[in-house]
Amino acid sequence: MSFKHSPMVRVADPVDKEALFTPEIRAEIDRWVAKYPPEWRQSAVMAGLRILQDHNGGWLTQPLMDDLAAYLDMPEVAVYEVATFYSMYSLEPVGRHKLCVCTNVSCMLNGSDRLVEHLEKRLGTRLGGTTEDGRFTLKEVECLGACGGAPVMQLGRQYYENLTPEILDSILDGLE
Amino acid sequence: MANECCFRTLDLDRPWLLEQYRSRGGYDALARVLGDPMDPAAIIDELKTSGLRGRGGAGFPTGVKWSFIRRDEPGDKYIVCNSDEGEPGTFKDRDILRYNPHALIEGMIIAGYVVGANVGYNYIRGEFWEPYERFEGALEEARAAGLLGKDILGSGFDFDIHSHLGAGAYICGEETALLESIEGKKGQPRFKPPFPAMFGLYGRPTLINNTESLASVPEILRRGGEWFRDLGVKNSGGTKLFSVSGNVNRPGNFEVSMGIPFRELLEMAGGVKDGRRLKGVIPGGSSSPVVPGDLMMELNMDYDSIAGAGSMLGSGAVIVMDDSNCMVRVLERMAYFYHEESCGQCTPCREGTGWLYRVVHRIERGEGRPEDLDLLDDVAARIQGRTICALGDAAALPVAGMLRHFREEFEYHIDHKRCMVGAR
Ligand SMILES: Cc1cc2nc3c(=O)[nH]c(=O)nc-3n(C[C@H](O)[C@H](O)[C@H](O)COP(=O)(O)O)c2cc1C
Ligand code: FES
Repeated sequence: MSFKHSPMVRVADPVDKEALFTPEIRAEIDRWVAKYPPEWRQSAVMAGLRILQDHNGGWLTQPLMDDLAAYLDMPEVAVYEVATFYSMYSLEPVGRHKLCVCTNVSCMLNGSDRLVEHLEKRLGTRLGGTTEDGRFTLKEVECLGACGGAPVMQLGRQYYENLTPEILDSILDGLE
Repeated sequence: MANECCFRTLDLDRPWLLEQYRSRGGYDALARVLGDPMDPAAIIDELKTSGLRGRGGAGFPTGVKWSFIRRDEPGDKYIVCNSDEGEPGTFKDRDILRYNPHALIEGMIIAGYVVGANVGYNYIRGEFWEPYERFEGALEEARAAGLLGKDILGSGFDFDIHSHLGAGAYICGEETALLESIEGKKGQPRFKPPFPAMFGLYGRPTLINNTESLASVPEILRRGGEWFRDLGVKNSGGTKLFSVSGNVNRPGNFEVSMGIPFRELLEMAGGVKDGRRLKGVIPGGSSSPVVPGDLMMELNMDYDSIAGAGSMLGSGAVIVMDDSNCMVRVLERMAYFYHEESCGQCTPCREGTGWLYRVVHRIERGEGRPEDLDLLDDVAARIQGRTICALGDAAALPVAGMLRHFREEFEYHIDHKRCMVGAR
């Protein structure tokens, strides 16, 4: 095979990578970089974005993405492409708790509409919105791969299954 | 017979632990393969005998796929496991990762040995944090036990596995989009050929299989290809995980023999909820055309039987719908999904999925026009077979299926500007 296939090239002055992130964040990203061939540092871009987002209250800023590009030796625009393509990255501020409610077919058949309605009413915001106090963001998501427990919601790293408006209330009551 | 293969440790306490897996013959196959090094061709033959077909949806014979990569070809080669599990209705790989991660690890190592690869990546969808942590824990256990890493079991064979987490994109389940994603790019499918076996991850020969396919391999080798084949039926060897969801009393994953009558599977899932009538079934994930309930009750859960009814066994995700559902509504939701998840790379898919959604949406809202059904058929036909990857087909097929079997509901929506079922 003689297809051209090499990592993207970054045309910019080299930077001091140690100055870009805290040692803690660098260690986290480096753990991912180590999984891939040395010339393919850019393979860690997805993990890097996730890590930066988690350390930044759930969303990504352009300076953060630019720093990651420098850290992984890739063009800035290539990082923006990834950050805008995947649904789990957020380019705008989000609430402290991001409620991701699945409304795909199996969940719909099991009453996800009721959950959405209930949440919209209780939080006073529509799907895609964030409450004024910045506590909650309400998001519609596609099938979470847990349809046996429909309807399903993801909150942080956890799934909540077989939900009813009552169970939702008790979950929300327990959050800050 | 149930729970014979991927779920064979499910009844144990904390079945994901190495000791539990070992108590049911776990890593025996690997020890045999590496002990008195087995001829890779013999392993491939065993897989061919077993009748194992790709569990990711396309059903391609696994043994044949494994034979595409030349073991003696110099340079890096890769094993990639597809745990992206995004096909609506499918939730089986999640349970393999959570409850039997070692079966997948053992399968990946054996795959590495057969094609001569030393590194494997498991692409786990980003939402699957709990399964990811389970899998990571199992990797650590395996490394500590000398089953993974350098010089596995003193055989001189090196193999390591890394997880790669996705970040929310159905299209990354498509194998070449997945490879692009590992390379740190948008998940946009590549043109094929060349296929991954020749030009895969980092441009190198790559074997890519679904989680369930790989996790089935160790038990097949331990008990023999014929054992597995005979659990199933002609052209559909072995057992399969069926994810049953929707309007049933006990949704869940069921590992049963291929060819099991649908009615038995439905019974295992507790039957239709509230004693309602079975209206329709999506038998193999949301990309497979709907089958009317009456017809479905006569079918068996194997590739040929479902194909004979004009649908596909796909990923084995069975979505059961009772007679309280409006099919226009169901199709609208599915059309929205494909429109939302189209990667935007090729025109027929990017534009076509938008058309499909907008037209079904207006029919659902009572704003449909008499010519809309022909328009839907036309748009679907113009997507099918004209796209870079199969997402286009996946979006078009369910439309054709719904219009074939439930046309009168769509006509009613258009004529009466409301729902025939009274769903709303
Ligand atoms: C749009 C699309 C989505 C797919 N999603 C998945 C998926 O989530 N998991 C999977 O294993 N295969 C998925 N596939 C199929 C893969 O492209 C590929 O055929 C499969 O991983 C091969 O493994 P197998 O032969 O073991 O089934 C998808 C295909 C398409 C076109
Ligand atoms: S449809 Fe909601 S988790 Fe699958």
